[in-house]
Amino acid sequence: MYGFEALTFNIHGGYLEAIVRGHRAGLLTTSDYNNLCQCETLDDIKMHLSATEYGPYLQNEPSPLHTTTIVEKCTLKLVDDYKHMLCQATEPLSTFLEYITYGHMIDNVVLIVTGTLHERDVQELLEKCHPLGMFDSIATLAVAQNMRELYRLVLVDTPLAPYFSECITSEDLDDMNIEIMRNTLYKAYLEDFYRFCQKLGGATAEIMSDLLAFEADRRAVNITINSIGTELTRDDRRKLYSNFGLFYPYGHEELAVCEDIDQVRAVMEKYPPYQSIFAKLSYGESQMLDKAFYEEEVKRHCLAFEQQFHYAVFFAYMRLREQEIRNLMWISECVAQNQKSRVHDSVVFIF
Amino acid sequence: MSASAAIIAAHSSSWAAALVKISPYTFSAIGIAISIGVSVLGAAWGIYITGSSLIGAAIKAPRITSKNLISVIFCEAVAIYGVIVAIILQTKLEAVPKASIYAPESMRAGYAIFASGIIVGFANLVCGLCVGIIGSSCALSDAQNSTLFVKILVIEIFGSALGLFGVIVGIIMSAQATWPSKV
Repeated sequence: MYGFEALTFNIHGGYLEAIVRGHRAGLLTTSDYNNLCQCETLDDIKMHLSATEYGPYLQNEPSPLHTTTIVEKCTLKLVDDYKHMLCQATEPLSTFLEYITYGHMIDNVVLIVTGTLHERDVQELLEKCHPLGMFDSIATLAVAQNMRELYRLVLVDTPLAPYFSECITSEDLDDMNIEIMRNTLYKAYLEDFYRFCQKLGGATAEIMSDLLAFEADRRAVNITINSIGTELTRDDRRKLYSNFGLFYPYGHEELAVCEDIDQVRAVMEKYPPYQSIFAKLSYGESQMLDKAFYEEEVKRHCLAFEQQFHYAVFFAYMRLREQEIRNLMWISECVAQNQKSRVHDSVVFIF
Repeated sequence: MSASAAIIAAHSSSWAAALVKISPYTFSAIGIAISIGVSVLGAAWGIYITGSSLIGAAIKAPRITSKNLISVIFCEAVAIYGVIVAIILQTKLEAVPKASIYAPESMRAGYAIFASGIIVGFANLVCGLCVGIIGSSCALSDAQNSTLFVKILVIEIFGSALGLFGVIVGIIMSAQATWPSKV
């Protein structure tokens, strides 16, 4: 019953909620980012990071460092935190935590299939996969020739199996079909996650609905913008939008017929929560749209921590950590390529 | 007069007849059981709510452990109130001769002890819950920002006053539990 979760939540989730809030306290602050932005070399970055929670992960790396090493080690910390929480969780929290990683699984599947299409080596591709999205038998994705084989050989044993019912065709895999496959899978995943959270009820359902709805709407806008000018038909585009969120169903109708960014802006301005995102951009500009979306996402995920006794804090923490890793990657790249003036273009402060 | 009133009540409906026939000692015993049992339930509930958050938060912020044990102590106090009232109530029980077991004064004494037990039991149940939930939030906030501890402690103090209210009223109720004299 909504409002009375405080009575029973701590039986199974109290310890892990306290742990995840402790992790949140370790996210980098504005002063950390200011220090990092003023670094001259990657070794300076390593030195500044050694005072934060990333210290133990980076201290054994020999110089010269690469930006990919920094990102890899920071991701390793996220994976360690996640696994520590997952192994201590009971149902339904353990299922909830597993749902968070299905998005990464989808990305890994698409990465390997695309890489195989372009004749890359499987081992090389496996190293680039996100560690949170690994599953057994992921390497056998390389032998599949079309989607039906992909499903039958590998994916039927994974948690992604139920998401494939909408996109099994006998067509061969090529770049366009793979992107459509990725978006269809992600749509099915978001809807499944949304239904699961609704079933959990209470504060989890309310907060996760808001966070997932924003995710669905953001993807709808990105799909629209990316498919302007391609051969994706309006009906196909319409099929890639999720069945929930603020834009459902009328916004989707309007987005499906958009042909340029100003029309997308006109659609979004009808929805008050999203007006502020486009207000930051002047007409005709779309480069800063990603950053505006990330800022809005970070703001909403930070708000999830305001309430106690629900599961959305775990989801919010994972996303905030991923944003932090993106920030670190951008800062490292800017420092490595000596373009420190562009550092603030893409860093989103969390606190 | 009072006996005929009781007989009239006993014939008016079967539920009234059943309730009037229950011995006042049953009511007293149940009251004493509720006063200690439900109070301890409230205290235990509050302690586990606080304790699980405190343990998890103390991993990243070990400094909070000693201060936040105050929340656990407030919850424990609730159980102690229950024990005290149960002991007081059981000293109020007296043996009466068989003829006056169902006399109105005996019934009144039995009901008074029953009511006192319920008051204390349920007041301590909700007080323990309240202090427990606040204690959990206090531990988590203290781990993030140590200036918040004292302010949230004030809320806990107000919460634990609820148990005291229950104890006061319960003791006042039990003061009227006078059984008829043996003559």
